[in-house]
Amino acid sequence: MQDLAPSPARADHAGPGPAAPDRDPALRPQIDNPILEVDRLSLWYGDKKALKDISLEIPPKKITAFIGPSGCGKSTLLRCINRLNDLVDGVRTEGDIRFEGASIYDPTLDINWLRKRVGMVFQKSNPFPKSIYENVAFGPRIQGIKKKADLDEIVERSLHRAALWDEVKDRLDESALGMSGGQQQRLCIARAIAVEPEVILLDEPCSALDPIATARIEELMQDLKDQYTQVIVTHNMQQASRVSDYTAFLYLGELIEYGDTGRLFINPMKKQTEDYITGRFG
Amino acid sequence: MSRPNSTPAKRRSDVLGDSFTALCGGALALNLLLVVGILALLAWNGGRFFWQRDLIELTMKDGSKVLGELWEEEKRPTEGERQGVDRLRLKIGNRDLVGLDFAWVDRAGIASISNPPGAVLLERLEYGNFYGTIQEIRSGGKVVASGSEASWQAFGPLHRQKIAESEKVADLEKGEIGDINAAIEKLRLRRKKLDLLSLPAAEKARRIAGLDADLAVREAEYQKLADRLSAMREELERDQIVLAAVDGATKELALSAIVHAIRPNAMSGWSKAGLYVQRIWEFTTADPRESNTEGGIFPAIFGTVMMVFLMSFAVVPLGVLAALYLREYAKQGPFVRMVRIAVNNLAGVPSIVFGVFGLGFFVYFVGGSIDRLFYPEALPAPTFGTGGILWAALTLALLTVPVVIVAAEEGLAAVPRIVREGSLALGATKFETLWRVVIPAAAPGILTGMILAMARAAGEVAPLMIVGMVKLAPALPVDGHAPFVHFERKFMHLGFHIYDVGFQSPNIEATTPLVFATALLLIIVVTIMNLTAIALRNHLRKKYAGSAV
Repeated sequence: MQDLAPSPARADHAGPGPAAPDRDPALRPQIDNPILEVDRLSLWYGDKKALKDISLEIPPKKITAFIGPSGCGKSTLLRCINRLNDLVDGVRTEGDIRFEGASIYDPTLDINWLRKRVGMVFQKSNPFPKSIYENVAFGPRIQGIKKKADLDEIVERSLHRAALWDEVKDRLDESALGMSGGQQQRLCIARAIAVEPEVILLDEPCSALDPIATARIEELMQDLKDQYTQVIVTHNMQQASRVSDYTAFLYLGELIEYGDTGRLFINPMKKQTEDYITGRFG
Repeated sequence: MSRPNSTPAKRRSDVLGDSFTALCGGALALNLLLVVGILALLAWNGGRFFWQRDLIELTMKDGSKVLGELWEEEKRPTEGERQGVDRLRLKIGNRDLVGLDFAWVDRAGIASISNPPGAVLLERLEYGNFYGTIQEIRSGGKVVASGSEASWQAFGPLHRQKIAESEKVADLEKGEIGDINAAIEKLRLRRKKLDLLSLPAAEKARRIAGLDADLAVREAEYQKLADRLSAMREELERDQIVLAAVDGATKELALSAIVHAIRPNAMSGWSKAGLYVQRIWEFTTADPRESNTEGGIFPAIFGTVMMVFLMSFAVVPLGVLAALYLREYAKQGPFVRMVRIAVNNLAGVPSIVFGVFGLGFFVYFVGGSIDRLFYPEALPAPTFGTGGILWAALTLALLTVPVVIVAAEEGLAAVPRIVREGSLALGATKFETLWRVVIPAAAPGILTGMILAMARAAGEVAPLMIVGMVKLAPALPVDGHAPFVHFERKFMHLGFHIYDVGFQSPNIEATTPLVFATALLLIIVVTIMNLTAIALRNHLRKKYAGSAV
């Protein structure tokens, strides 16, 4: 990531960035050294504009939540961060996202490198149809780690980190698909951790889980805060207020309000935010 | 809407639903009935053939006698249009004496029926079965035993000895003499190759002289072995047996020309059961005799299985790679849809068309080119430029590739998008995702395609008739001479064997049961191959438990 300048194709949108003087306090909380900067990002699915000129900064080693009603674009925004939307036919973006100061749309950037640094956990747990061990070892193997001892160590450390080791240490060779939903989701977190990313994106990770499994995931997220930046998409406002440090409220593809979670839920600056968090719509 | 109105409507749909359920169940039952029926038909007719019936001796009213196995009894009405007399169909054997294996006998002309315990059934290498009694056994012109009972006692040990000797003869022919013949043939081809090379005359002459010297040594060895062989053959011919048919005609033949001798009427049920098993074993492991009407069908089983395996090795990679491109790499659009339709339609092309294509492309073009480039010394005799097991397998691979493509595509499509994204999100490239996640998860679906292709290929006959299948192959495609597997050789096939034995045989009456037995065997062979593939698939499914395919 030597080329820090935005690519020429996107130069028209390269704005002044985080130090913009005309800050809207409802949109721009004071964030130092952001790890991710979304800069006037717009996205179209074909003719439909799904994200409208979104700018926000994500602080390192904190949990940032994207909330909003279904179809507001929160998952789309999340999937932009590791460029998973590139796989969808007919997607077009404008604007920029900078990861550690460098544009992720830089044509010289290796997209697989980006995805190794920015891990992801999906809404529906998606373990590979392989053994528990092979699931966690998948990422390290892709990175070329072949020695059994090294892999063993990574698998154990990742499963420990994901608070799953004690439950599965005796059945590492069994199929991952035989685990419970909550375990599968924690396995997916362990799998993401195994490649030692900077950022973990969580796309409604608890929407298919019962309250106990949800509580365990939330606990795990707190444990992981010391090492990882986490961005979570959730439609559950209680969850956002419980786990996150910063919250962004999106509505119909627009960023309505972004700020410190405590402030946003107690004292929203925008009417729409207030309506949404008090349950008047959504 | 009031209740009374909705209730009858519901009931009507229940009646409809119930009758539809019955219709579905009935259709399934009919299918099962047909399958079970055809299997039972094959098993009954094929299985009965190996059971030894008793020999019956009919004394006719005119004083003549008939000895044979009762195969069929035909009852006919005494009045009406189909009026006639009841008849018996007997297998009387003795083809060399009376010309036919089977005879019809009018029941009305029979004076008495008996089961003579001394009646002997001899299975011979030539002319089929002999029914009668043993009169005499001679060794080197001298009578060793005479009379039915004494001869039977003397026959057993002597026959076993002769069988052992003729096995030695066969070993010598196939073993040492076969090796020397192969070596001589190789030297001849090398000599011809030298002629084709452009070498200085002196060098050429020197090399040819060297080869000629080798050849002379080999031919001298061959001569020695041939002498030994004819001495052994003479020894085999020394012991003769004199047989008497029931009508008094006698026949003298060498003991070594007899495969089995039994006295069916003196056999217990257990020994008949043993004979039954032994006959089935022979049928599946022995070479055919008498233009396929007797002996076993091992070469046909071997040819079928080997051809199907070769076909699988060709069709699975071809089909899977094509499906991978179609499903994973190609931009989905009208063109890909057209390709898909074309692939599906390919499955509807008559198989003989594939045969003609295989003949023109594989045999004449590819095989002919290989011959010109690598085997010019053998020309004009073709090596690969004629039908062979490899070309047959490749032709069938083309025939079955649509099945594999369709099944593999479905297998790939069933791997959920979210699993692929999970792999990509870990930094795997598209290739790594396909290779490590998608293909393993789709493997059971791919194997399903292979199973379907194998079943289709094993039953296919028409295209094979012009790309390498023969009625009687002189040698198996695998033997002890380098390079051990001979892809260019012609082969026998169970499907063609059925056609040949059932409809091209000079002795239809005798071979009809063989048609059933061979068909049953073909089904069994296909079933075993499929079960193996299914076991493999289940193993993979377990390994990738929960995969959607």
